[in-house]
Amino acid sequence: MIRVENLVKTYRMGSIEVEALRGVTLEIARGEFVAVVGPSGSGKSTLMHLLGCLDTPTRGSYYLDGSLVSGLNSDDLARIRSRTIGFVFQGFNLLPRLTALENVELPLVYQGVNPTARRLKARECLEEVGLSDRANHLPSQLSGGQQQRVAIARALAGDASLILADEPTGNLDRRSGREILDLFSRLHRAGRTIVVVTHDMEVAARAHRLLRLQDGLLVGDERVG
Amino acid sequence: MNLFSAVRLAFGSIMTNKLRSFLTMIGVTIGVAAVIALVAIGQGTQRQIRSQIESLGSYLLTVNIRGRGADVAMTYREARDLTSDLPQVVAAAPVVSSSVTTKYGTREHDTNLLGTDQNLAVVRGMDVERGRFLAPLDVECRQRVAVLGQDVVRELFGFADPIGQEVKINGISFLVVGVLAPQGTSMMGSGDDQIIVPVTAARQLVESSGVRTLYVKGRDAEGVEVVTAVLEQRLSRRFKDPDAFRIFSQTQMLETVTQVTSTMTLMLAAIAGISLIVGGIGVMNIMLVTVTERTREIGIRKAIGARNRDILRQFLIESAVLGSLGGSFGIVMGLLLARLAGRAIGVTAVASPLVVGGAFVFSAGVGILFGVYPATRAARLDPIQALRFE
Repeated sequence: MIRVENLVKTYRMGSIEVEALRGVTLEIARGEFVAVVGPSGSGKSTLMHLLGCLDTPTRGSYYLDGSLVSGLNSDDLARIRSRTIGFVFQGFNLLPRLTALENVELPLVYQGVNPTARRLKARECLEEVGLSDRANHLPSQLSGGQQQRVAIARALAGDASLILADEPTGNLDRRSGREILDLFSRLHRAGRTIVVVTHDMEVAARAHRLLRLQDGLLVGDERVG
Repeated sequence: MNLFSAVRLAFGSIMTNKLRSFLTMIGVTIGVAAVIALVAIGQGTQRQIRSQIESLGSYLLTVNIRGRGADVAMTYREARDLTSDLPQVVAAAPVVSSSVTTKYGTREHDTNLLGTDQNLAVVRGMDVERGRFLAPLDVECRQRVAVLGQDVVRELFGFADPIGQEVKINGISFLVVGVLAPQGTSMMGSGDDQIIVPVTAARQLVESSGVRTLYVKGRDAEGVEVVTAVLEQRLSRRFKDPDAFRIFSQTQMLETVTQVTSTMTLMLAAIAGISLIVGGIGVMNIMLVTVTERTREIGIRKAIGARNRDILRQFLIESAVLGSLGGSFGIVMGLLLARLAGRAIGVTAVASPLVVGGAFVFSAGVGILFGVYPATRAARLDPIQALRFE
């Protein structure tokens, strides 16, 4: 599913060059549930942005589903994000003026799916995260846990084969956090590839594989659970 | 995303900031309203002047004689014979004119005197309301008779019947034989404030008895051209100077007037157009603010698969909707304004569908044009930076 070779990412901060990733090589197979852990500044967010095609590496290559992604232009990257990747953010990142259902529909809008079909699909996805009764609520009318479930439904709507989550439980209380993690485990069992970036060990414990990052380098890769 | 849902989305975000959107639209509204109102009034004025010229009578030629050196005019007979042999001429009326003082009893009125013959009524399409117009015999026998315009009657007689009364023109008595029907005011001055007498009798009243104006009515458009050519030739020979006279045809006058008023209308529209540009800058300003405010939204949309051009389109449509919404209000306001202002200055404003449609398209265009830069900025945002934006 994912293969990265010697991935390097440097940022310019004024006159200083910051090396966020200093040569990461890894492979993630289809259907894996992977947690990326590490202290802040270890480069895990950068890795997540690169894997999510939000950014391009300075050096190194990234193969997604066997095809080289690094070096594609922004339109091609947008198409990959639209068709293969679903994001779940710490801050939910729902559009405040759209209802839950409309938020879930959004990836399908950019895939060019017709309104009837995408409404149907969005309802299915909301059903899957157990929120079909909240379809017409605005994000502000939902609890944090519910908002995150809408965000997961949105990631599912585009038929993403890879779900990338960045501290998905960071803004939630323990109980809602656990619900979200249960949801991830269920999705994993249903065959989705999930990569979670976190520094919460309870989250990491749900994964089947743990990648440890430190100072922009991969320092640990272990099977768990 | 199809266009309909994109427009609906744009409406939605415009409605979230009602006051701000409204204030922005006012700029475009005022611009469009000004353009529509000024053009409507300009075109109304043009139509009015045209109808005045047309009311002078069709196929009319006006010959003005300026003369050369001491030779500044022609005699009545000379002027009459100028066209008497032309079959294309329906009638020709030589005119001498002067300012005179008329008097009836104790009432006095300064007016314009025309010395002419019976043909003037035919050539200028004048109707007599009461009594009669000049007759050939009046001219031949130097009869001291006069036909009065409406204003002159009102000033001298009030509501009394002037027919059969004697008025004094510069001290000489004339018998009133007729009153002209209301002529209205045209470019040639008031058609109602004038007094018409036989050209032969006018000699005692005017300092220079020479004919300096000749009105000729042609049979048809072709005839007018022939007559113009013949007159050019004959007058050139007579005065030995092509600048000693000028021949205006009605068509020529119409053309000149149309040209002048069109230029005027265009200029007014251009000035009003400037305010439309100012309105456009307002749209741009608010779109820049909107893009900054919605940086996070842009980041989210990009993360879930929006391409740069999707974002560009979203914001372009939003500013186009903003512009055309402002334009629509402007059209309504402009039409209203044109009607009010037209009533105030006595012109019937003419709002052509072309101008209204054009204004709508233009205001949407202003929205798009001034939306390009903000939308481009939105489209080029880096998704990671945009997602971090608080």
